[in-house]
Amino acid sequence: MQFEKGVVPKMITANELRKSYGDTVAVDGASFEVFEGEIFGMVGPNGAGKTTIIECLEGLRLPDSGRIRVLGLDPSKDRYELCERIGVQLQSAALPERIKVGEALELFASFYRRSVDWRLLLERMGMGEKSGAFVSELSGGQRQRVFIALALVNDPDLVFMDELTTGLDPQSRRSMWDMVRDVRERGKTVVLTTHFMEEAERLCDRVAVVDQGRVVALDTVGNLISSLGAENRVVFSVDGRPDLAGITAVPGVVRAEQIGDRVIISVRGSGIIGRVTTALEEDGVGFRDLRVEKPTLEDVFLSLTGKEIRE
Amino acid sequence: MRALSKLTLLLAKLYMRDPIAVFFTLLFAPLLVVLLGLVFGNDPDPIFGGRGYLETNLPAYAAIVIGIVGLLIVPINTVSRRKTGALRRFRVTPLRPLTYIAADALVYFVMGVLGIVLLFLVGTVGFGIQPQGSIGEVFLAASVGAFAFLAVGYVLAGIAPTVQVAQVIGNVPLFPMLIFSGATAPLEVMPERVQSVARLFPLTQVVTLMRGIWLGEVWSSHLTETVILVGLCLVGVAVASWLFRWE
Repeated sequence: MQFEKGVVPKMITANELRKSYGDTVAVDGASFEVFEGEIFGMVGPNGAGKTTIIECLEGLRLPDSGRIRVLGLDPSKDRYELCERIGVQLQSAALPERIKVGEALELFASFYRRSVDWRLLLERMGMGEKSGAFVSELSGGQRQRVFIALALVNDPDLVFMDELTTGLDPQSRRSMWDMVRDVRERGKTVVLTTHFMEEAERLCDRVAVVDQGRVVALDTVGNLISSLGAENRVVFSVDGRPDLAGITAVPGVVRAEQIGDRVIISVRGSGIIGRVTTALEEDGVGFRDLRVEKPTLEDVFLSLTGKEIRE
Repeated sequence: MRALSKLTLLLAKLYMRDPIAVFFTLLFAPLLVVLLGLVFGNDPDPIFGGRGYLETNLPAYAAIVIGIVGLLIVPINTVSRRKTGALRRFRVTPLRPLTYIAADALVYFVMGVLGIVLLFLVGTVGFGIQPQGSIGEVFLAASVGAFAFLAVGYVLAGIAPTVQVAQVIGNVPLFPMLIFSGATAPLEVMPERVQSVARLFPLTQVVTLMRGIWLGEVWSSHLTETVILVGLCLVGVAVASWLFRWE
């Protein structure tokens, strides 16, 4: 999909967004645009300012300065009109105690001018059987589905999802990803935040890398990775400490290092893997479990911010 | 309007699923009537101007319901919904704050009235007590008291940062008022000094007004209580709307 200016309508424009809490600067001049039909991701560590940005877009917070337009509306002035047309899955949200799944959906549907059949919505999310269950008795993944359903009950043009899969087990996380893709299939634009790089890589058409309240890079995942210079890594295990001097001499090898019993050879260019394995065999380096690691969004993040993102 | 009616019905349903709230709103005061009615009976006593204990005090039990709903249930439920993020979730919908408050307050009001109806029924059916004033006016008096205490409840909810604090700042004024306002034990049996302090309590106004109207006295003889309660309600609404926050 192409998201060139002027071709696809803009759903969001944020310009020089700033927001401080006391002395803490949460958002420090963030600017970006989101186009219709894309899954737009904001990645960054906890505290990078992602949630503050998304909450300014939803009208939950008032930025100190900067200009925001969401669906052509100013979230601080046209809150209610905007709320009619967006769906929101909050990072920290709950429902009143002792409420059942179907009751929650029916209630939220009554808040909007336009709403979809919530029973079909639950059905489609694989939650049809849970309509009569108490929300408090659901698993984490099921509860998250309820919150996604609540975000879709008004058939919104634009859906915000803040840390959708945090706290979920890997299997639920994967099924959430399918759900997000399904939301987009239905023609909706999705803006999500995550601190899982893999999630952003798998889901997002474009990714904004957020660090210390700023958008430090914004592009497709592919472009972000290739902008690194496409350094691949050949990783394998060895016994002892073999001499790696011969390998370093192979054209295309950037460096080779050994950490414990693992050897990591950074390489650049095509056809290099064969040359590396040949050289290893010639040098009599007994390697096991050899694999090639392509750079990931994680590496992009590391090189842009000098930080590891892992929890 | 659809949001208001759906929300009201649902909040009422959730209320009925909360055993503690149901007990203290609907069952606690009727149980007290039974218990104290059996202990003290309803024989005429000069201390109550020749009337019986229950006959004089039955309307005062309504103040217990009003006090508990306003000072405990409203702040605890509201703060709990705010702290868990349930109110925050409402905030990203077109639901207006006023619609939420109206639905919420309406549920507490109806539940309180229901509790009062139950306790009157116990008094009437179980002990043969009848109001001497008009029952419509009795409920009007109860409504004035209920609205005043609901407003105070939302003020407490606006002040309390956590559910624990809400419990404390609700219980601290509630307990002395339950004991000394005449809601449980008649004011007449208290020492004169206690009586003079107790007359200042907001809940005492409810007790005095309810008893008066129940015994068939005219509203003009209870202007002070009425004015205090209406004033409390108006000030409460103003302060509560100023303090109200979704998160």
